[in-house]
Amino acid sequence: MKLFKIRGGVHPQDNKHLAAGQAIEDLPMPALLHIPLQQHIGAPAKPAVRRGQQVAKGELLALSQGAISAPVHAPTSGRVMGVGSYPAHHASGLSVRTVTLKPDGEDRWSDEIQGVPDPFALAPEEIAARVAAAGIVGMGGATFPSAVKLNLRTRYRLHTLVINGAECEPYLTCDDRLMREHAEEVIDGVRIMAHALGVDRIIVAIENNKPEAQAAMALAASADPRIRIARLPTRYPMGSEKHLVQSLTGRETPARGLTADIGVVVHNGATAFAVHEALRWGRPLVSRVVTVSGGAVSRPRNLRVPLGARVQDLLEHCGGFAEQPAQLISGGPMMGQPLPSTRVPMVKGSNGVLALTTAEVTRHEPMPCIRCATCVQACPCGLVPLDMAAHTRAGDLEGAVSLGLMDCIGCGSCAYVCPAHIPLVQYFNYAKGEMAARGRAKQKMTETKRLAEQRTARMEAMKQAKREAMAKRKREAAAKKAAETAETDAAIATSGAAAEPPTIRAEA
Amino acid sequence: MQIETPASSAGPFAHARTSIQRTMSLVMLALLPATLFGFWQFGWPAIFLFFATIGTALLAESACLKLAGKSQRLYLLDGSALLAGWLLAVSLPPWAPWWIGAIGAVIAVVVAKHVFGGLGQNLFNPAMVARVALLISFPLEMTSYVQPMPLFSADAPGFLQSVAISLGQPGFDAVSGATLLSHVRTELSQGMSLSEIIPDIAYLVSGAVGTIAGSMGETSALLILLGGLFLLANRVITWHTPVAMIGSLAILATLMNLYDPEHYAGALYHIVSGATLLVAFFIATDPVTSPVSKLGQIVFGAGCGVLVYVIRTWAGYPEGVAFAILLMNACTPMIDHYIRPRVYGRDRRGTPIEYADNAEMRQ
Ligand code: SF4
Ligand code: SF4
Repeated sequence: MKLFKIRGGVHPQDNKHLAAGQAIEDLPMPALLHIPLQQHIGAPAKPAVRRGQQVAKGELLALSQGAISAPVHAPTSGRVMGVGSYPAHHASGLSVRTVTLKPDGEDRWSDEIQGVPDPFALAPEEIAARVAAAGIVGMGGATFPSAVKLNLRTRYRLHTLVINGAECEPYLTCDDRLMREHAEEVIDGVRIMAHALGVDRIIVAIENNKPEAQAAMALAASADPRIRIARLPTRYPMGSEKHLVQSLTGRETPARGLTADIGVVVHNGATAFAVHEALRWGRPLVSRVVTVSGGAVSRPRNLRVPLGARVQDLLEHCGGFAEQPAQLISGGPMMGQPLPSTRVPMVKGSNGVLALTTAEVTRHEPMPCIRCATCVQACPCGLVPLDMAAHTRAGDLEGAVSLGLMDCIGCGSCAYVCPAHIPLVQYFNYAKGEMAARGRAKQKMTETKRLAEQRTARMEAMKQAKREAMAKRKREAAAKKAAETAETDAAIATSGAAAEPPTIRAEA
Repeated sequence: MQIETPASSAGPFAHARTSIQRTMSLVMLALLPATLFGFWQFGWPAIFLFFATIGTALLAESACLKLAGKSQRLYLLDGSALLAGWLLAVSLPPWAPWWIGAIGAVIAVVVAKHVFGGLGQNLFNPAMVARVALLISFPLEMTSYVQPMPLFSADAPGFLQSVAISLGQPGFDAVSGATLLSHVRTELSQGMSLSEIIPDIAYLVSGAVGTIAGSMGETSALLILLGGLFLLANRVITWHTPVAMIGSLAILATLMNLYDPEHYAGALYHIVSGATLLVAFFIATDPVTSPVSKLGQIVFGAGCGVLVYVIRTWAGYPEGVAFAILLMNACTPMIDHYIRPRVYGRDRRGTPIEYADNAEMRQ
């Protein structure tokens, strides 16, 4: 198929050879699982279990809360040790609400787990509802609840489903392995999603450095003429949704818009697999495939891990460290987050655990910008990173925003190529965070102002009402008085008729 | 097996094998053939001048860094002062006394760079600032060119004689020569026609090869071109600036040449003579002082080409490139302000692009 050229991008050394040859292996069940209640973008789930409660695999641990949220299920059977706080799978190392589960070793599915014999007989909303109930979130790292995206047909005119199998981050091979080993299941999930979305054009996009995955997926998809396999050139950030869609369809997603604006919905291959599991077998999302790699890992592998297993458990299963790592990362080296410690648990969106050696993360002291413009050439979004960084450094965040800060996808291509080793993405993340905080503060201020105004209005209304009541009373009183006077007058008049003449008479 | 890693560090955790030092080194590597050829052509005095210029540039850099309280380790070795000195040296008359180079280097490093705030902050190309300043201050020394006398050839000055030349005591009978540009200019001003001045193509060929009088490293257009292609191949520079500059110069020269072939030389003459190629590939592409967007670089390069032609043809100086570059350097901030790449998902004016598909659905 015809591919359209997109701007920018870089070619980092992919280092996929470390783990690409390793078939997916099950991680032995750890002694304890720590399952965070928030594993997605949106509101955290609300705990539905008590301490000491026995749960079966797949049983609900926490309910979703609100429109953008996802429930959490037990990754294995066992006993709930408590609902407390535990370090999050996040660079900050802050603690979040977490269910601690002690596996009983039986790994027994709940009796209520039941698949659908024919998902294609279901109404699209029903599929989305089941995906929501299974707690499925985007598994490429963005962790947006998938059901929300499956429901987009209600608001957008859709024509194409794109399956993102680019996996353009270096080191990561979990999607590659999943597509190679479970192509049938992935394609089944893809077809179910297409049914839910009501689209009849399906493109599975896989980078050229995964020929086996391309072949396996092509074979699995051969029965369905609607599915096309697109072979993408190997380039970072090919997996960025908007750029992926552009290279496949030639059309740009409007700024601040969704790919749905141009009729396309993108889901990750691993998400398709999870949809297959949820619809065919009724299994909620309780495990995922993770790549453990990096030069500091003894035996890089692809593991199927129960959610809540600690990074440490994964690393131990991979033979520990071959050498002391310089950096521990969740995700890929381009957009991944530093992990503060090996204690943190695995979550739905974590596709990789990397332990990189000093040689792999060569750190350099930043030098002044020499305006070489390599960052400008690398940026897939057409931004001028050096200018945005200069404004941010000078504290002029509005200036950075006017240069397109909010259009930056944080891909890191600019920082990757900068010969001055300026931590450009760090600047942008800071500026974005700061702008968001300001936005919140502003919102709070307007909210306070609104409340204050409401209060004044209320007070004013009350005063007004009081005044009116008073006026009314006054009026009434006046009216009464008037009436009384009138009455008296009338009385007087009536009586006066008799009374007056006497005066006159008296005068007369 | 718990490990703690610096949580403050942020991605990307991978980095291309690149650094300022590497970039500068590649540029110097690209300059090397032309420079060595210059050494061979003009002998010891040229070599002395080269090292006097570069040595002074490094000393001046070091002193400025000390004053500014910046790290010598990081900055002195970043290659920028070395390169500025080098570029200045190759654009000087090869037998100029050593102090010409030294003064030029001080101007380049102190005035043109550190007064503006150091690495990356300067508005004008340091080597070109120095070249213009020297040309105005020392017109005699800056326009005394000699005919090439290849090193170790019979009539080349010996080592000691060379020292004397470098010290500015001309005890040696050099054959002074005119550069291609100054020659044509003088003759033209005396009412000669071009066909008489440039009798045959051989003259242009010697200009391209570099066996004529000229600056130390500029004379061989071919070797400079080779260096430029090396930079392009290594992605140190992109084609936009050099192609725009050479292109606009060539177009203008061709048009004028067609209009009056006896008074206006053709494109090839302008390209092979003087510092055209050196400037197109090594100076106009100076990242610090040129625009950042590709379109901006095209505008910048085209501007340089036009100015070079105008200055060479109608202004007082036979060699216009340094002035042209400085004038365009001054325009760089404006070019960068008005010419930016188009942001993804927006039109050129910055409004989000709009599609009909879902417009009514979003109402
Ligand atoms: S890549 Fe780095 S040095 Fe080059 S312009 Fe961008 S920020 Fe400046
Ligand atoms: S991080 Fe932002 S500015 Fe840098 S290349 Fe990516 S989109 Fe462009």
